[in-house]
Amino acid sequence: MGWFDSFIVVFASGIRLGTPLILGCLAGLWSERAGVVDIGLEGKMLVGAFASAAGATFTGSVSIGLLAGIAASIAVSLVHGYASIDQRANQIVSGTAINMVAAGLTALVGNAIWSQGGRTPQLPADAQFGSIELPFVHSLGAVPIAGPIYEHLISGHDLVTYLAFLLVPVTYWALYSTRFGLRLRAVGENPAAVDTAGISVRALRYSAVVICGVLVGLAGVYLVLSQAAYFQPNMSAGKGFIALAALVFAKWRPWPALATCLLFGFLDALAIRLQGVELPVVGPVPVQAIEALPYVLTVVLLAGFIGKAIPPKASGIPYVKER
Amino acid sequence: MSSPLKPLPAWADVALIPLINVTAAFIISGFVVLAIGENPLEAVQILITGALGDLDGIGFTLYYATSFIFTGLAVAICFHAGLFNIGVEGQAYIAGLGATLAALNLGFLPGYSLAFAAILAAALFGAAFAAIPGYLQAYRDSHIVITTIMFNYIASAIMGYLLVDVLRVPGQMNAETAPFRDSGRVPQVHEIMSALGFHWPVTPFNLSFLLALAAALVVWLLIWRTRLGYEIRTVGANSTAAIYGGISPARITVVTTLLSGALAGGMAVNVILGEEHRLILEYTAGFGFVGIAVALMGRAHPVGIILAAILFGVLYQGGAELAFEKPKISRDMIVVIQGLVVLFAGALEHMFRRPVATLLARRTAQPPI
Repeated sequence: MGWFDSFIVVFASGIRLGTPLILGCLAGLWSERAGVVDIGLEGKMLVGAFASAAGATFTGSVSIGLLAGIAASIAVSLVHGYASIDQRANQIVSGTAINMVAAGLTALVGNAIWSQGGRTPQLPADAQFGSIELPFVHSLGAVPIAGPIYEHLISGHDLVTYLAFLLVPVTYWALYSTRFGLRLRAVGENPAAVDTAGISVRALRYSAVVICGVLVGLAGVYLVLSQAAYFQPNMSAGKGFIALAALVFAKWRPWPALATCLLFGFLDALAIRLQGVELPVVGPVPVQAIEALPYVLTVVLLAGFIGKAIPPKASGIPYVKER
Repeated sequence: MSSPLKPLPAWADVALIPLINVTAAFIISGFVVLAIGENPLEAVQILITGALGDLDGIGFTLYYATSFIFTGLAVAICFHAGLFNIGVEGQAYIAGLGATLAALNLGFLPGYSLAFAAILAAALFGAAFAAIPGYLQAYRDSHIVITTIMFNYIASAIMGYLLVDVLRVPGQMNAETAPFRDSGRVPQVHEIMSALGFHWPVTPFNLSFLLALAAALVVWLLIWRTRLGYEIRTVGANSTAAIYGGISPARITVVTTLLSGALAGGMAVNVILGEEHRLILEYTAGFGFVGIAVALMGRAHPVGIILAAILFGVLYQGGAELAFEKPKISRDMIVVIQGLVVLFAGALEHMFRRPVATLLARRTAQPPI
């Protein structure tokens, strides 16, 4: 296999690994842009994954699985919303609680139902998302360079992946070109001003939290119905936190979020690819170094050494109406 | 959410509200057990018997509690400075590296001074690893919550690399170091008891427990009886006011994270020097996160933390017994309880305040004449 083919394989794998990150990152973006900090992405992703596996296993239907995953993730989001918006809780504490409950509950219930240590049964092929072939794949595949890129990199992914990529411009448009988006961003910067204009801070923040639930639930659905075809405990394996890192790295903006998530997904694919490979001078590749790179890059960015990541001004601060 | 909250009497604030919050967490946990088709009361009985029914159970319970006292104190001391340290897990992991390097390489030290050196190294490594996010928060304005989360993963990557590729004994399958010599270990209670001629079952319960109690006392003295503690609390309450009072919040942030990391190192003393006697992969097993639940439940007070740590020790030891007898109630149940405690004692801590305030006000109100 030539270097070009390897390149395509690693990139295609990077897209697959980056998809849940994109969805999780957009979810966090909606929530945090409205002023609700969400470190519970990991937990919601896990709940979404579990519910979609359970739904698809019981009904054999991929759409029921999809809906179950999203619904469960919204429910968890609403708990976080209730704590953050109505109870004016510390949002970090609430997110931490959600991560713990999600990790424990999905494993517990999965084990209680299927008695396989928390793993759910393997889903049949018709209860998963299949890959979609874009038009003219076979005729264009013969074209040099562009052909293989089209055939293996752009075509052949599943519905959720294309949806994730589509949701980036949708998010961009909704946040920057609609009235709702303007208000939502305002509520994350200066909720008092929004309140003064006679718009409900609470309603805006709740809608952001629900949108966040839908998106991160989709990320969980993707892990099960597009990738693994079963649920197993802690299968999100830190993807919610990488998405959070990507959000910081992208400075809370949609297009950079896409780029960052693809970069982090690509690094992940590279780490898997280079496992056990001996390089000429370096020797065996320290795979852990590549795996840790997203976290290190985020810390370096946060420390202000490459640009400055400034979160929305009112994020994490409960809004208290003055009396 | 209309009228402002009336102040509650002190006893209600210190004891009643926390008790209601924790009870709510346990009631919901009971419903979870019910939902998976088991009897919660029977589960509680098995859990308590397993944790406190005999010396064996008590030994394990106190062994777990020792780790939780350390991680709880580490989280709590940061709470006092208004900082949320989610990185205790990673700090304890790196502290294990410090303890191991000292115990394996300082063998020339006479007698038990090797163990003391290893304890010191654990504290130093933990403190150094915590101080980086602390420094970045204090002087580079990067949020400590995000950086400590990142540092947990960085710790995991560093340790994974070191254990698999560097520290592993050649030819050994498991990613673990060579065992420590006896003088680099913290003595276990059953060893001391049998030396004194008493019978005590073999459990990992070791003298680190005394160190944990001492640490709790020191933290109490530090926070409420020293100038530094006053400064920490002032920065936590209002860092702008602290500046007017001549206190540097940046300096306090770094000092507090140093102390927090050193306390996290206590977990390495208990588990690595007290029980495993070698460094193993992912030895922290989520206990750093339990510290968050313990600190919130104990309301960041050392006495509360010791009680909460023992409760979680009961849950972890009893939970293991419970999972053995009732396979449906796996050890994940304990993680659920832990999360619910964080939710109710932390995030929703004021949820029951208003009803309780209304109830108390109604009871104490004078009837109209």
